[in-house]
Formats: sequence, C-alpha cells, structure tokens
Amino acid sequence: MWDYTDKVKDYFFNPKNAGVLDEANAVGEVGAISCGDALKLMLKVDPVSEVILEAKFQTFGCGSAIASSSALTELVIGKTINEALNLSNQDIADFLGGLPPEKMHCSVMGYEALQAAVANFRGEEWKDDHEEGALICKCFGIDEGMIERAVRMNRLTTIEAVTAYTKAGGGCLTCFDALEGLLAKVNAKMVAEGVLAEAEAYKAGGADPAALKKKTQAARSAENAGNAGRAAVRAADVAPSPVSPLAPPPKPLTNLQRIRLIEETIEDIRPLLKKDGGDCELLDVDGSNVLVKLSGACVGCQAASMTVGGIQERISARLGVPVRVIPAKSH
Amino acid sequence: MSTAYLDNNATTKVDLRVVEAMLPFFTEQFGNASSIHEFGAHVSKALRDARKQVQTLLGAEFDHEIVFTSGGTESDSTAILSALECMADRDEIVTSKVEHPAILTVCQHLEKIGRAKVHYIGVDAFGRLDLEAFRAALSPRVALVTLMWANNETGTIFPVEGLAELAKEVGALFHTDAVQAVGKVPIALKDSAIDMLSLSGHKLHGPKGVGALYVKRGSRFKPLMRGGHQERGRRAGTENAPGIVALGLACELAGQYMAEENTRVKALRDKLERGVLETVPNCFVNGDPHDRLPNTANIAFEYVEGEAILLHLNRAGIAASSGSACTSGSLEPSHVLRAMNIPFTAAHGSIRFSLSRETAEPEVDRVIEVLPGIIERLRALSPFWAGAQKAAKDFKPIYA
Ligand SMILES: Cc1ncc(COP(=O)(O)O)c(C=O)c1O
Repeated sequence: MWDYTDKVKDYFFNPKNAGVLDEANAVGEVGAISCGDALKLMLKVDPVSEVILEAKFQTFGCGSAIASSSALTELVIGKTINEALNLSNQDIADFLGGLPPEKMHCSVMGYEALQAAVANFRGEEWKDDHEEGALICKCFGIDEGMIERAVRMNRLTTIEAVTAYTKAGGGCLTCFDALEGLLAKVNAKMVAEGVLAEAEAYKAGGADPAALKKKTQAARSAENAGNAGRAAVRAADVAPSPVSPLAPPPKPLTNLQRIRLIEETIEDIRPLLKKDGGDCELLDVDGSNVLVKLSGACVGCQAASMTVGGIQERISARLGVPVRVIPAKSH
Repeated sequence: MSTAYLDNNATTKVDLRVVEAMLPFFTEQFGNASSIHEFGAHVSKALRDARKQVQTLLGAEFDHEIVFTSGGTESDSTAILSALECMADRDEIVTSKVEHPAILTVCQHLEKIGRAKVHYIGVDAFGRLDLEAFRAALSPRVALVTLMWANNETGTIFPVEGLAELAKEVGALFHTDAVQAVGKVPIALKDSAIDMLSLSGHKLHGPKGVGALYVKRGSRFKPLMRGGHQERGRRAGTENAPGIVALGLACELAGQYMAEENTRVKALRDKLERGVLETVPNCFVNGDPHDRLPNTANIAFEYVEGEAILLHLNRAGIAASSGSACTSGSLEPSHVLRAMNIPFTAAHGSIRFSLSRETAEPEVDRVIEVLPGIIERLRALSPFWAGAQKAAKDFKPIYA
C-alpha cells in the first residue's frame, strides 16, 4: 500500500470538519463517482468581512482524497476569501507532510473545489463544465483550464506528471496529442514569462530528441513498473499518430471525401481500442451523424461514452466540422 | 488485537511441513541433480518424487508431463510463446479480457510487435465467458487458446474442459492458467483436451518462485529457456531443488485438503458473504454465483472507495485487497470488473476477501463485526450516499 505520512493517516481516520454544512453560502463540487473521487466543499462566509467562518466537506475517494479534503477545510477556516485563494494544491500537500506523487491529484481536487466554492460565493459560474477551453481528457472530464493551472502551479514538465496531478491521460489516452500540445504550449508561455528554464520545458512532437527520449524512457520504466506507468506506455504508442486535433480546418469536402476521411480516422483509432480489447466499425454517415458499431470492451460500459467522445473529437478535428458519433444498439 | 489474513489469492502462508521438507535441500542435500555422484543422485530422486506428487494432483497421465518453472508467470509466458513458435502457420491467439496480467501483458506485447492477432473474449455481468464470441473467434488461424481456469479477482470458474474441446476442433493448442484453481477444484488432465496448464507454488501453501507447466505428452512444445538439458530440455537451468521438493509436498497436501476447501472453507466464505450482505445496505457479490472458487468473496460496496475501506480494515487487523484503482497506482478500476460492466458506483468500492485452509472462523467473524461500521463511516463522508439512500430500499442489482 501507499507510504502515507502519519498526518495523512490521522486526517483520514479522524477527519476534521466532515459532513454537511447547512448554512453554507459557498459550495464547490468537483470530480465524479466514475472518476473514483469527488469532493463537495461547503463554506460559511461572512458576507461583509468575507472571512470563512466554517468549512465542511464530503468526499468519495481514497485515503489521500479524504485527508486532502479535511486538510483543505482546516487551511481555509479563519482566512478571508482572498487569502484562501492564495492557497495552492502544494499547500494542501505540505500541510499533510507530503503526498505520494501518484496521489497529488487529490490535492489538486481540493484546490479546484476551493476555486469552485469561491466562484459560487461570488455568484459566478464555476466553469467545471468544460467551458474553460477545450475538454482534454474525456475519461476523467479534465479541461484545459484545470491542466494549465496545475502545470503552472506545480511547474510540471512531463505528461506523466500531468497525469499524476490532474488524472488527465490516466484512462484511454486518446487525448495524448491534445495533452502534449497543451503542456508544450503552457511550458512555452512559462519560459517566455521567465518562470521556467528553456531546457526544462516540454516540447511537443517527435521533432525534439529530448522529448522523444523522455517518452521512451517513460515507456521502458512503465514496462517495469506495471500499472503505475501504463499511461506512459500508451503515450509512447500513440505519439506518431498523424491526426492532430489542432489541424487547420480543411476546405469543404464532397460527401465521398468526408466518408473516406471518417473511415481513415476510425482506422487510425482502432489499434488503440483493440489494445483495450474493443473495436469500432463505421456503419453509416448521415449528415453530421456518424453511426458506428462498437464491440468488445467498448460496448455498454461507461467506457463507451468516453470512447465515443474520443472518436467524435478525432473525426471532428479531421473534418474541420463538428460531427456526432452515435453507437449503434447491439445485443 | 486479533488479526485476519483474508488475502490468500494474493499469496498463502507456507505450510510448516513444506518448510521442513525443503530445508535439507539447502544443507545436507545441496547436490546438483545432474551430477553423477551420490550428492546428485539423492536430489534427483527427490525431484522425481515431487514430479509424481504434482502429477497426482493434476490427474495427469505421465509424470514427465510436468515441467518445473519459476512460477505462474513463467509458465504462462512459456505456454504462449511455445504455441506461437510451434504453430508457425497460425498467428492468432484467443484469450479473455479478464485474464491475469501474466497472460494479458504478453498478448498485448505480441500484438504490438505484430507477432500475433489476439481476440480478447468478453464476459457477462457475472464474469462468465461470452461463448458465442468465443466460438466466433475460433478458426484454423488460431494457434493458441488460453483461458484461465478460475479468476483471481472474483473466483469465477471458466468451463475450460469444454472450451478445450472446442479449441481442438479447429486444431488450436489449449492452455489454461490454473494458478488459482489448482488445489481448490478437482482436475483430471488425463481425460481432457487441455494441452498446457500453469500452476504456482505460493498460491497453495508452497513457496514463492516455484511453479510448474503441464505439457500433455504429444503436444507440440518449444522451450522458453534454453541451455542445459534439465527438465528434458524443456526448461534449462539447474533445478530449484528446495523449491521443487516444496512444491511437490504442497501439491500432495493440497490434494488432501481439497475436500476441506470445498466444505469448511466454503462454509466460512458463505458465512462472510451472508453476514456482510445482511448487515450492509447496497452491496453485492461480484462473480458467478453458481460456479465460483470456494474461497473467494468479492463484494462491491456502492458509493465508497476501495482503498479507503482497505485502510480501515488494515487498521482493524484485517488484510484483504481491492480492484480499486487507487490501491494499484492506476487511475481506473480493475480490468476484470470493467469487463463485467460493474457500474463505476460499485467497481471503485469492490473488496476481495480470499480464504484458505488456514482461515479460522474468528477471522471471518471479525470482518462481519467491523465492516458495517467502516462502510457506514465512509458513506457518511460520501457526497453521493445521501442522495442514493432512497434508492437503497429497492436495491436489486442484476449482479446479485
Ligand atoms: C491467475 C494468476 N495467474 C498467474 C499468477 C502469477 O503467478 P506467479 O506469482 O507465481 O508468477 C497469479 C498470481 O499472482 C495469478 O493469480
């Protein structure tokens, strides 16, 4: 099992501020049961002084998720909203005497919940519904905004680290291209701002030998490390994919061209699905609706929706126009 | 504090008689079985006896059908790679989505390097093999069918004897990973169409790092390890004499205790399941209710996360394991539960209790005593539980 600090264990076994806060006037909810962890943060804020008078939480998740949530409540009580907003996910981890690297996403979840609660207090819409830039990881519902924040705050420079801190890419990893592009973009911005050394920055694409080497190393260590590095192995596998969601929109296509492109895109994705024991077959194209047959691991389960999402994104990117991918009812 | 070890599918305690039997082979009987002198002859005789003991437990026709290996993983790899090499004109493998990584990872690798096309057959909500898909995947292109006898996470048993007959019809070799089944279900390989079978010492109260691969006489075989002529050239390397002697005795003892596994141990397992299901709302048993190992209970608790349960159990002195993502460092729940389509609300909170002949009733009672409180505490923390409580009353999952 994990090497948790005594403080993590203490906050897990005897969580402080667990439960429902009826008089909460700032509530932030992040995560989902399908992702394996979720946190509802409830704050009672003095409307005049903006001091956080009380904080409570409810968490579905592992030991470090529960401990991080409880730590967060302890950290924010007594602070003003503005002071609280200065907290980073690292502050949560530090409060607990550190978290295992694979569990850093638990502290990020706490940070995100705090942002959501403050937005709720101020009557703003918390943009957890993927409106903050593109939704990058469909498996865990992680958008561009959250990844950028985690990358900046923790100076992340590898795909594996992004996965450990945000969970993005921890599932099917059809989002590898997008994830890689985003990490490179944010790192580049950080270099320009002078907060990250040029040499440390992640660079996208096979053009950069340093990045390539990093990937093969990741794949190799992943083969040794088994599950822990699974995402990295897949990362290396899909890297040479010719399809980029960032490709410029092509000129209007004939129907035949469209179908051919859709076919090609599906062919590109199939090896990836097969790796998970699934498969996908094009049945029909009707306007902007693409009818596919999913089989194997792709059928029925929640994974189906993420598979469909991934395929949809790729086809849309390839065609330059949005399409809807509809799985045919089988069985 | 009283403790309860209920993780016997992970590994078992070595029987003290087995420990005693192996010790002399580190000291007085240290010889190399291949040597001509008296030091070697004694060891050589001990290996022969061990081979017979394994043969008896498997109901194999000949003792030389047993090849000693370093464990379940080596046996699995050997079987798969041997089949592909022997059947040079065929390049497909049929397996299932719920196999142990010792099978799945090898298959995925062979696929990746373009060496084989692999069919991963799915399972239903009880973990039973999709027979229609299995038949459809069989063809004269299939070199090997490899399907586990019993699943390590849920205990669900595949009807491998029948599946082997089907594989024979298309001329494919049939291998089964029986690491979890040996010693718990009766096996008679003599009359079966099974070509190869893997077993592992440490799952049946023997030591870790020793196992065997059964290769039916006349079945085609190519070694994985090449070198000396040990094991009739089928597995080179100086024999692990202490380990092999231990495996032999462990198999003999497993045969003696098989009845107990299926009566006393099974009754304890059933008591555990009943006790938990009766006192904890919204939980159900994962796996085939009719054809399951007698020692395994995999229980899904809705709206709580597995690692959190295990941490509490561990503090109460209870050792179990989970298919939860968080314990393994991966971010998704177990591939077995995902293949069974167990909803995420429950897959993240699935706990495996696995018993053995070493398990005593107070250990099971301890689980029944502390588990309801643990689940209740964690559910009180869970933001999903309050909303789900209304649904709890008429909770009737199709899996249970
Ligand atoms: C079904 C199954 N196959 C293979 C293995 C691997 O066996 P070993 O640990 O002896 O390599 C295990 C045990 O972990 C198992 O449960």
